[in-house]
Amino acid sequence: MEFQADADLPPILTVEGVNVWLSGRQILHDVNFRIEAGEFTGLIGSNGAGKTTLLRVILGLESPTSGRVLVGGRPRSPRNPLIGYVPQKILLDPDMPLRARDLVALGLDGHRFGLPRRSTAQKVLIDEMIDAVDATSFADARVGILSGGEQQRVLIAHALISRPRLLLLDEPLANLDIRSEQEVVELVARIASEQQIAVLISAHDMNPLLPVMDRVIYVAAGRVASGTTEEVVTTEALSELYGHHVDVVQINERILVVAGRETAAHHDHSDSRAE
Amino acid sequence: MFSGFMVTAWEAATIVAVVAGVVGFFTVLRGSAFAAHALPNGAFAGAAGASLIGVNVIVGLGVFALLGALTIGGLGRRARQDVATALAIVMMLGLGALFLSMTTEYAPEIYSLLFGEVLGVSGSELLPTAVIGMVCIAVVFVLYRPLLLSSIMPDAAEARGVNGRRMDLAFLVVIALATTMAVPVVGSLLIFSLLIGPPAAARSFTSKPLHAMGLSVALALGTVWAAVALSFATNLPIGFFVGAISACSYAAGRSWVAWRRTRPVTKISRTGLLRA
Ligand SMILES: Nc1ncnc2c1ncn2[C@@H]1O[C@H](COP(=O)(O)OP(=O)(O)OP(=O)(O)O)[C@@H](O)[C@H]1O
Ligand SMILES: [Mg+2]
Repeated sequence: MEFQADADLPPILTVEGVNVWLSGRQILHDVNFRIEAGEFTGLIGSNGAGKTTLLRVILGLESPTSGRVLVGGRPRSPRNPLIGYVPQKILLDPDMPLRARDLVALGLDGHRFGLPRRSTAQKVLIDEMIDAVDATSFADARVGILSGGEQQRVLIAHALISRPRLLLLDEPLANLDIRSEQEVVELVARIASEQQIAVLISAHDMNPLLPVMDRVIYVAAGRVASGTTEEVVTTEALSELYGHHVDVVQINERILVVAGRETAAHHDHSDSRAE
Repeated sequence: MFSGFMVTAWEAATIVAVVAGVVGFFTVLRGSAFAAHALPNGAFAGAAGASLIGVNVIVGLGVFALLGALTIGGLGRRARQDVATALAIVMMLGLGALFLSMTTEYAPEIYSLLFGEVLGVSGSELLPTAVIGMVCIAVVFVLYRPLLLSSIMPDAAEARGVNGRRMDLAFLVVIALATTMAVPVVGSLLIFSLLIGPPAAARSFTSKPLHAMGLSVALALGTVWAAVALSFATNLPIGFFVGAISACSYAAGRSWVAWRRTRPVTKISRTGLLRA
């Protein structure tokens, strides 16, 4: 899926020289990248690399120690309607009297005061959104009893119903089996290209995203490298990012990033680990 | 039992039930049960203090409940909310013990605040009770959607301009106000059961949030009316009946869920009501 950036539009997201310190530790080091309107970008990194922190900075939940974040070419405002967000986890119990439909509706007007009184047009919109994420069959079930993949689809509908230009998803594929993983990725990619929404999706494994990803932002210990997969996911580029040697190997169209030693002779002793 | 001063009792109990049903819906949903337990108990200490210095006990209840809410909300920013709640209740109960040890004359009146008194509200207190109750309900209705959103997905809510800390604090103040007006009627030890029992039972019967809130009000009304009648007839404390009926309705709700769980879908569930 090749993406042509529209020259007239400013980048939907610009991150410039962002440094983040939390509790005396530097979590993000001089992060720079841009996301063009409509682009599908993977935010790849292992546990603790800084993916969630970066997303929180973009959302305005964390302020950077230095650097700036522009959304649609302008400094981000609180309650930015251009950004939709799917959090890594939600807090609810199976008994909570809240249907999938209610959660989607909260995406439309959850920040507003007063009891909900939704117009017919809004109800139609909610139904359409539920249909778009293939959630119609469980729209009236409690969110708490849905499976991980079903919940992800409801959360995606919740984030998309306010018609954002940039969708941030934090590890939506964690805890999903391979089939649901694929379904969620295809769903996000389809809706994003239909509605020209840029996507920034974090994951510790880039493989499920390879078929749809325009660009990759690779995070290692708070430093990022961004570009196309061919540019970034190479032995040279990632070794430089990690600050030590890593091997990028391709097996059956899957890419594995393997921490190892430089000589093959030592490989069986190294704590090789796929990312 | 429907004449004279009993009318005031019925009216007060009705107000308490409506408020408990509405506020309790969010108390259960947000997992604030511990705060709903701590605030009225701490407020009891305020009542003891008020009677010691000769001030209306309602004022003591209100002041302590609000101070407790602010303490929990303030400390909860740094510490876990349950730890903050525990600290607040311990501080207030400590003061309560001190105040009670210093009072002797008014002790019976104070103890009735623990377990409730059908005639706990006098005619002149009915208006303030109603006003506080209306404020609680109005705040919950106004904040309904932000409260819901920030309890389920705090970060996403925050990113949309819903300040989680302010929501926490606002809701704690609502619990404080609700308990202040309810303590004289059902007692500080048992108002907690009214804030938890009916809403927890209601969520077993419907999956729609607003229906659950409505049903919670209905169950709270049933509980309180039955408790007033039984307390009047038996001369036992109203708090006992409130606690017992709340527990029973919760048990009924759970049994209903357990029974429904493995049943095939029936016609009723297509409306969304009664869906497990
Ligand atoms: N408030 C905080 N104070 C101090 N350190 C923090 C704070 N929040 C996060 N960190 C640290 O920042 C680093 C990056 O955390 P982050 O949650 O961004 O990682 P992640 O890439 O999202 O990991 P995961 O894949 O496990 O979700 C971690 O080492 C974490 O301990
Ligand atoms: Mg994370």
